Amino acid sequence: MKNRSLISINDFSKEEYIKILDIAEDFEKNPRQKILENHVIATLFFEPSTRTRLSFESAISQLGGKIIGFTDAASSSVSKGETLMDTIKTVANYSDLIVMRHPLDGSARWASEVAGIPIINAGDGANQHPTQCLLDLYSIRKTQGTLENIHIAFVGDLKYGRTVHSLVIALTQFNATFHLVSPEELKLPSAIKKYIKDAGLNYHQYTSIEAIVDQVDILYMTRIQKERFADPMEYERVKNSYILKNEMLENSKPSMRILHPLPRVNEIEEAVDKNPKAYYFQQAKNGVYVREALIASILGYK
Amino acid sequence: MENSLRKELKVAAIENGTVIDHIPSNKLFTAIRILKLDTSSNPVYFGTNMSSKKYGSKGIIKIGDRYFGRDEINKIALVAPTATLIEIKNYKVTNKYKLEIPKEIQSFAKCFNPKCITNHQAVPTKFKVFTDEKGLIKLHCHYCEKTTSQENMVFN
Ligand SMILES: [Zn+2]
Repeated sequence: MKNRSLISINDFSKEEYIKILDIAEDFEKNPRQKILENHVIATLFFEPSTRTRLSFESAISQLGGKIIGFTDAASSSVSKGETLMDTIKTVANYSDLIVMRHPLDGSARWASEVAGIPIINAGDGANQHPTQCLLDLYSIRKTQGTLENIHIAFVGDLKYGRTVHSLVIALTQFNATFHLVSPEELKLPSAIKKYIKDAGLNYHQYTSIEAIVDQVDILYMTRIQKERFADPMEYERVKNSYILKNEMLENSKPSMRILHPLPRVNEIEEAVDKNPKAYYFQQAKNGVYVREALIASILGYK
Repeated sequence: MENSLRKELKVAAIENGTVIDHIPSNKLFTAIRILKLDTSSNPVYFGTNMSSKKYGSKGIIKIGDRYFGRDEINKIALVAPTATLIEIKNYKVTNKYKLEIPKEIQSFAKCFNPKCITNHQAVPTKFKVFTDEKGLIKLHCHYCEKTTSQENMVFN
């Protein structure tokens, strides 16, 4: 991993994912290790994403690194019309590693080709958000004791959810069985299903959570946005079928855990938060350990 | 022999240069643009909607006093995978081969994704070329990772 950029989850081999997860486990036991005291890390957020930025900045701070950067394009030279290439080349002179989020697809790959220092993609438009995928894998392994052979249900917007797409692709390397719960209009795209088929694995499609919740190891919830529906009436008709309530969980496996990339709107009732099967806040916390592991590996300390 | 000679003469014969034959009729002008023949100073002759035994209808381009490198000419295989290239010296065919679809292309096709960085900043495009299960040619963008299918291909 040393000096490598992380742009897309497709850049990684199974062994490399596992290596990062193992290092993250060490950081979970001992999250404050001042190994980056001589480093400056830039966090360039060309569009705001407070949650992701704070997770990265917490990871860097716990490792003793210094942070420079901006939190949205309006407060940077980008608003004066500077190209991405010029911003990246300039910041690369001031830092050892750049964490970036940008609204355009492919921006992080382009940045990694001009920077001369490693880039971590913290989200490029609708394309990739690989650290989210790594923390999802970490959370699955942590709660199930393994990544192999799990049954996972994805619920909600499976068409546009980049988080879902990346995690499906990653899990095809671990012999998963996929249960896809979504309204007709928001089914998983065939380009992603192709990864499942090519790996010789199976997927099953449903239109309600109850149809499958009792049989899975992981219930991965996502938000359904009204704007995604061509017909607003259709949204009104289906929206309640994708809201998770405690009573739906009564017969689920004791080891089952609920994940969600957050932020949540209303797709998980707040009463579920107290259910021992709710894991989404711990999942967000795991993001810090995974990001510590990634940064430490890229800078050559792990 | 006489028959094929007569066919040949439908588009003026050239003494030296290149003939690109068996181009799908509806892709002829795209092929001309990809090879930048619209701005070339060489003599260029072309014909389209000509009858072809194999394909029903075809287009043909002849470029005088010009030869192409394989990488350059293979660009048009994206729109004309059936095309044949013939090199002519002193009115004689000296070389003849079928075009090959390149594995990777750079800078001349546009990404179909309006949110791709290559459509917003001065980033040269880069694609992996592949054929899907149905045998259709598709481009996979190196940057945004989206796929552009044949009907959406636009060339610079
Ligand atoms: Zn693209």
